[in-house]
Amino acid sequence: MAIETLVLGAGQEVGKSCVVVTINAKRIMFDCGMHMGYLDHRRYPDFTRISPSRDLNSALSCIIITHFHLDHVGALAYFTEVLGYNGPVYMTYPTKALAPLMLEDYRKVMVDRRGEEELFSSDQIAECMKKVIAVDLRQTVQVEKDLQIRAYYAGHVIGAAMFYAKVGDAEMVYTGDYNMTPDRHLGAAQIDRLRLDLLITESTYATTIRDSRYAREREFLKAVHKCVSCGGKVLIPTFALGRAQELCILLEDYWERMNLKVPIYFSAGLTIQANAYYKMLIRWTRQKIKDTYSKHNAFDFKNVQKFERSMIDAPGPCVLFATPGMLSGGFSVEVFKHWAVSENNLVSLPGYCVPGTIGHKLMSDKHDKVDLDPNTKIDVRCQIHQLAFSPHTDSKGIMDLVNFLSPKHVILVHGEKHKMASLKEKIHSELGIQCYDPANNETVTIPSANYVYAETSDTFIRSCLSPNFTFQKCSSVDLCNSTTVDRNLMPELQVEDERVAEGVLVLEKGKKAKIVHQDELLLMLEEQKHDA
Amino acid sequence: MKFTCLSKGGGFHFPPCHMLNFCGIRILLDCPLDLSALMAFSPVPTALDCLPVEESYNTEANAFFDSRFGSGKRQKIENLLDAKSLLFAEPWYKTVNNLHLWNASFIDVVLISSPMGIMGLPFLTRTKGFSAKIYVTEASARIGQLMMEDLVSMHAEFRQFYGPGESNFPSWLRHEELEVLPSELRELILGKDGVELGGWMPLYSAADVKDFMLKIHTVNYAEEVCFNGTLVIKAFSSGIEIGSCNWILNSPKGDIAYLSGSSFISAHAMPFDYHSLQGTCVLIYSDFLSLGDTQDGENGDNYSVSTADKLLPISSQDLAGFNHNSVEYSEEKEKLVFICSHAMEHIKQGGSVLIPFDRLGTILLLLEEMTASLEASDTKVPVYIISSVAEELLALLNIIPEWLCKQRQEKLFDGEPLFAHLKLLKERKIHVVPAIHSHELLINWQEPCIVFCPHRNLRMGPVVHLLRRWCGDPKSLLILEDVLNPLSLLPYQPVAMKVLQCVFPVGIGLHEVQPLLKTLQPKTVLCPEELRLHINFSSEKKSFSVLYYTEAETLKVPYRKDSSELKIATDLASHFYWKTFKKEEINIAKLKGELLMENGRHHLLFDNDNKNSLSNNRSLVHWGLPDSEKLMAALSKMGISGNIQHGVSDAKSQTVCIVHIQDPYKASIEIGTTSTIITTADENVAAFIYKIVDNILDGV
Repeated sequence: MAIETLVLGAGQEVGKSCVVVTINAKRIMFDCGMHMGYLDHRRYPDFTRISPSRDLNSALSCIIITHFHLDHVGALAYFTEVLGYNGPVYMTYPTKALAPLMLEDYRKVMVDRRGEEELFSSDQIAECMKKVIAVDLRQTVQVEKDLQIRAYYAGHVIGAAMFYAKVGDAEMVYTGDYNMTPDRHLGAAQIDRLRLDLLITESTYATTIRDSRYAREREFLKAVHKCVSCGGKVLIPTFALGRAQELCILLEDYWERMNLKVPIYFSAGLTIQANAYYKMLIRWTRQKIKDTYSKHNAFDFKNVQKFERSMIDAPGPCVLFATPGMLSGGFSVEVFKHWAVSENNLVSLPGYCVPGTIGHKLMSDKHDKVDLDPNTKIDVRCQIHQLAFSPHTDSKGIMDLVNFLSPKHVILVHGEKHKMASLKEKIHSELGIQCYDPANNETVTIPSANYVYAETSDTFIRSCLSPNFTFQKCSSVDLCNSTTVDRNLMPELQVEDERVAEGVLVLEKGKKAKIVHQDELLLMLEEQKHDA
Repeated sequence: MKFTCLSKGGGFHFPPCHMLNFCGIRILLDCPLDLSALMAFSPVPTALDCLPVEESYNTEANAFFDSRFGSGKRQKIENLLDAKSLLFAEPWYKTVNNLHLWNASFIDVVLISSPMGIMGLPFLTRTKGFSAKIYVTEASARIGQLMMEDLVSMHAEFRQFYGPGESNFPSWLRHEELEVLPSELRELILGKDGVELGGWMPLYSAADVKDFMLKIHTVNYAEEVCFNGTLVIKAFSSGIEIGSCNWILNSPKGDIAYLSGSSFISAHAMPFDYHSLQGTCVLIYSDFLSLGDTQDGENGDNYSVSTADKLLPISSQDLAGFNHNSVEYSEEKEKLVFICSHAMEHIKQGGSVLIPFDRLGTILLLLEEMTASLEASDTKVPVYIISSVAEELLALLNIIPEWLCKQRQEKLFDGEPLFAHLKLLKERKIHVVPAIHSHELLINWQEPCIVFCPHRNLRMGPVVHLLRRWCGDPKSLLILEDVLNPLSLLPYQPVAMKVLQCVFPVGIGLHEVQPLLKTLQPKTVLCPEELRLHINFSSEKKSFSVLYYTEAETLKVPYRKDSSELKIATDLASHFYWKTFKKEEINIAKLKGELLMENGRHHLLFDNDNKNSLSNNRSLVHWGLPDSEKLMAALSKMGISGNIQHGVSDAKSQTVCIVHIQDPYKASIEIGTTSTIITTADENVAAFIYKIVDNILDGV
């Protein structure tokens, strides 16, 4: 049997993650994301390739969503409520709790921007989430008779998981996005040592090796402190979930240490609501934060207040978390229009912005005049700070994971084309593992492991477990050749236990194959033993 | 496998304890603590209790006086049962009686099924030589830890009063002291057979609990863990408490399901996942909870609120979903409403309500129902929760959505707190304090009030002080979660306070056992002997065999599987050289590789070692008789000449014939009925001739 991997999204790019793996006749869709840089049909994966007749329920065994980011879950409501998929959908408890917030946030942005054109409604989001089955970490879920899945902790964002799938004897892991180093509120990715045929891994930072997190934190805090101490406003465009909590823990701790009184705002109450979720889901964070739940929940931010729209032009310094991140529309862009014209203010952008977003334009060297949309142009005088706080793993982390798991094959997704090519070559040359980097709508086919099953008799098992000691005596010539230190340490007599399984495989007509000990074979054949 | 029931347990808080020997691995199932035996002891005395001590001293003086004058043999009169009969000493605790007969260092694995099953484990982990792996669900470990810490905290009160122990052996355990005890107390200490003295232990310390927590391995529901490469262990929810579970053990010899106390109804814990227990070789039925209910029901008195047994018809259609769950669930709801209405009555009369429950689920539901009743009747009385671990426990409950029932999980997805008490705490309708002497409690104390606090046996904890305060008040109400034991209120007599006893249904109902077993379809069921009386398994429809077990008797269960399954990698299988045995249409092939045990399965891996390439050529076994004519022809083909000498028909000798070889070298081949011997001076010649003989013989 072969494993076929059809990449519908995040092939040689970041966005609309969607990988359909056919493994021993079971078809699993990993992630169902959208691309935030497009507004047309390119926003979604090309789902017609799954089933030209649009019979999605029989074409797929299940959908697995790794985490709640829009480029991994953004197309799910469309897929279930518009295209009509009704089969099982699996994700972790935090992802099931928080994904509807992301989808709802995106839906509002689209409605604000495009008037009445809706791809799906709030009710459809709620209906979609009812079909989701929540899973815990390391829980083995029997999807179908031969199909088992299991979630492992991925870091990256709360509830993010790497998913293991096993169909018959073939085994694979799809990482989604993961982080091999812990940050302020999440732990590092963890997984068991497995015998994998295939590993599908993200490669967002395929060629980057990041420096110390503490240096970057210090740089960020210094920039923010400098801005607010001069009476300026800090805009941090961010998604409501994950990054906001990470930065807010950082700022909260700094505010306490420096005894600052400048207000920290969350926009529109969405993030304040998100913090309520984080308090309940604190066990999915890192160990240090986990243990604080009884005295003071780490997500009970004291300095955080709600931001009203009327406060956009209010005087005085402040820090504002506004959604969405990357300045891809919505409230964060609206605030940006007002604050970008003042050189006292600061905009702190994430380390990676999807091409096509305003954030991506601001990252270029020439960002004096930025087109917000076809009708609006704005003079940007505020300071721009790139906040390299990405929760993705770097290339060292990717190599560490690939080396740890040592799969037979690796497929790279969720990265840039040229950097993926470099990483692919590195994996092949350094680790000796076959590696692929398919583009969107390409299919990769690899072989999978096969095993023969046979019954085994107790006599055979017992004979295999008997010790088989062999004795080796080192000759004096070897001793002379040893170095002085080695000579003292090397014993003259070495004992090894070489256990070897030796038996006979019997295939009888109409019966199951059986492995027996040689003594049992004579009984079966009703023959007398003849020594030679 | 061998199965020994060490203890049947006693109700919800004292689950059963078993020892299982499976594939040579010794597995201890649960390690609880019998806290009901604490009733033999007196609560910490107050000043008013000094008199009994003095009287006891006087009695001893009189005895001494009598013996000095030799005025006759002192008659041993059994004392009548009253408050003075209780033991005034620092309590010891009763562990599973038969467990101390087992050497702790021989236990390989401990499986804990519920927070209650964990209470006795620190006694084991502090034992020298104990090295077993302890598996418990994460939620059970957290809740169990808090329960043990609370117990240590309550016990500290006794320690402060009685001071450090003067000797390692308390006086109340001496034989002469035990003889003068009332029979009720003696039975409590010695058991009905008088052999349970070995189970008593002084309590572990907080350091023991901390040390114990470092040694356990926590698992999630449906998480696979592998012990020693041989045993795959999985926990599945049992529905009786947050974190409680049943176990599946999988090995090459077959699989075992261990069914601990389980419940089809749960308003707080993850539901009973019985589908995952289907189709095992052996099912160990260990739910004694409903048996206890039946026995207690027979002893119920006027105060009992037990509902009449409703014989619900079980049709085959109900098997799929156990639809009658909704009936029992509404029964539980009715009891909660009943309790709350009684409590409201007493509060309106100016009395207080004391609820010394220890069952977490019932406390949570009662708390929600009670506060709802208070709001509905617009009554403003405070609700206090007094316990050293209450604050942490309530905080824990709001961060473990994965372990809760579906309704609670839906609250997570809706962004609401999982339990109502979080909101009540913020609104100051509930007050949580660690101790009865807390500053916060003292300044805010207000009566009438409602108090939740430990301990249910009424011998330790805040309940002792509050009960002394209110036991003479006919307007106050005491709510007990079990049928009243005559010993319970002994230290507080006379009691004018009203007592309400509520027995909540728990465990698998007796009428549910047979449909459940039909659904699970095990091959063999191990049942407690007590179940034989209640359930008739002799129906011809059954597809499984039933074995009954009793306490302290070892039951041997044969393995159903005669052989294990072995997994052969394809690259090894492709090296097979098949040989057809024509007579019976059998194909055989030689196997050589490395045997590996991984995740409870045998694997055969290809052996790449070149050292063994030579030995690969040797056949494993031969059979049949070599044909001398074929042998001569084969030898001639190789350029070897020789002559045959047919064997002497001597009875002693087994020789059939001898082949003498002269050219090109000297050798002899002696062929017998069961062996062939090659004699030559040159090793290479011998190997060469062996190959020829090997080809002629049948073998592999």
